[in-house]
Amino acid sequence: MEILIALLIGVLFSVATYLLLTKSLLRIVLGTVLLSHGAHLLILTMGGLSQGAAPLLGQEAGSYTDPLPQALILTAIVISFGMTALLLVLTYRTYKAHQTDDLDQLRGRLDE
Amino acid sequence: MSNLLVVPFLLPMVVGAVLIFFAKHHRLQRIIAGLTGIALFVFSIYLTYRVYQSPEQMIHLEVGDWSAPFGIVLVGDMLSILMVLMASFVGLVCLFYGFKTIHIERERYYFYSFFFFLLTGVNGAFLTGDLFNLFVFFEVTLISSYVLISHGGKKFQLRESFKYVVMNMVASAFFLVAVAYLYAITGTLNMADLGDRVAMLDQQGIINVIAIIFLFVFGAKGALFPLYYWLPKSYYGPPAVITALFGALLTKVGLYSLIRTFTLIFNQNPAFTHTIILVLAGATMIFGVLGALSKFDIKSIIIYQIISQVGFMIMGLGVFSADAIAGSIYYITHDMVVKVALFFIAGIIIQLTGTADIRKMGGLLKKYPLLGWSFFIAAMSLVGIPPLSGFFGKFSLIVSSVGEGQYVIVGVALVVSLLNLFSMLRIFMNVFWGEETDITFALSNKQVNGLLRTVIPLIAVTIALGLGAEPAFQYVSAAADQLMNPTHYIDVILP
Repeated sequence: MEILIALLIGVLFSVATYLLLTKSLLRIVLGTVLLSHGAHLLILTMGGLSQGAAPLLGQEAGSYTDPLPQALILTAIVISFGMTALLLVLTYRTYKAHQTDDLDQLRGRLDE
Repeated sequence: MSNLLVVPFLLPMVVGAVLIFFAKHHRLQRIIAGLTGIALFVFSIYLTYRVYQSPEQMIHLEVGDWSAPFGIVLVGDMLSILMVLMASFVGLVCLFYGFKTIHIERERYYFYSFFFFLLTGVNGAFLTGDLFNLFVFFEVTLISSYVLISHGGKKFQLRESFKYVVMNMVASAFFLVAVAYLYAITGTLNMADLGDRVAMLDQQGIINVIAIIFLFVFGAKGALFPLYYWLPKSYYGPPAVITALFGALLTKVGLYSLIRTFTLIFNQNPAFTHTIILVLAGATMIFGVLGALSKFDIKSIIIYQIISQVGFMIMGLGVFSADAIAGSIYYITHDMVVKVALFFIAGIIIQLTGTADIRKMGGLLKKYPLLGWSFFIAAMSLVGIPPLSGFFGKFSLIVSSVGEGQYVIVGVALVVSLLNLFSMLRIFMNVFWGEETDITFALSNKQVNGLLRTVIPLIAVTIALGLGAEPAFQYVSAAADQLMNPTHYIDVILP
């Protein structure tokens, strides 16, 4: 199971890298979103995908899944959510100010 | 008693939140912000004294009374508490410079709140003893920096801060990746526990890989050689206060994390990891100073000097002996002060002349002698001329590198210092010497001296650090000894 998920994470990372290297602002934002998806899945996988009950004590199971990575992911999701919201607004403002979403034209010249 | 450790980041956090309510009352905002800045500075002096006097020279707090590897610990050892002290000093000075230079419209849009949130993140990152907590404090720092760097929303700022944000989001994602791998191998996130368990592992290969991912992450935040490309332009946009604050604090958080992780956790195979750091340090110095030489814009030159100095600060970690790390710590302390002074002076010059191009200026020394000589002292200190603080950091770094037989980096450091001298003197000669040009000065002599009042303490500190190098070195040597003996750290945290 871990190997399958590892492959999936690899695909997510490569798509994210591809998107990050494109010219359009919005594709770059999508790239960062996919990158953080990959990172979150990786934390879950690296914590071990062992069988067990959900980490709720009321379930009274013999073994539980590891609760720590879930807490880490929850924190990381909220952070990347905030970041993405900020980045989207920034993208919108940049687009409004420069009237373009092409990074080639957003390169910046020396003589401004 | 050790609850004191939460104050350096709890106080700015609470004040930052309170200031949101007074966004439209700029006078009240300034009073609250100023008093908080002073309180934070005084408190961190006291805290430094407490740590220095405590029997282990380290105090720690187990948050919520959960014992060490299970809960979050805050650790104030000698390095982190020194960093907190310098961060609150720099924060205080920037605050008072900000009162005089920040436009009132910026103040109305939560400038001081984000200023204090930035300090929260920085102080928290220095004090934490937990890897994931370090990530969270990194993000607190970064998200305030995103806002401050695009604050004002000029075209240039928007364009460059987009690149800055994306770059940092990618680095943060890789931070998570590195944490995930390390957790998979060791099953812990507490730094002391990690240091303990990594030493017991016999899988050196995977540890090396994780060490390099961490080097990538912290190198990207601290502007090391191949990863500094985002810094020059994105730091150019915001006003001088914010650039000074970023130049003094943000890169230092990356460097502090590098020093912390590579002395505590990844200290098993220095022949591999620390050699890479040394090579990167040399390349960072060279490329930074070349950038500084290629520019005629005073702010750009000093921004490239940030990159060049990062190389010196990380060189001590690459050499990896107690003396070299002591030199690095001293250099970081000195650089925080001098870099802020230089940015303030550059800000004053730009405000005064209305241009940033040094070719268009000339003869400022005659009319503004105090400005000229403050710049001269700060520049000489940056380059490392003997009575000033920059000399002792470089001296200790170079002597210890010779002692370890790292002659190449010594050669690079000496040549780069010479080029640094050239680039700083070029500013001094163009701006302060020569014929007066037909620039109309926007400020009177009195106004300039008023702005300089915040620069004088910085100049005084760099002179004091230079003249008082003996006690300062006793302190940083003790801090470096602590770093080189991670077992002491581990024993204190995990009894």
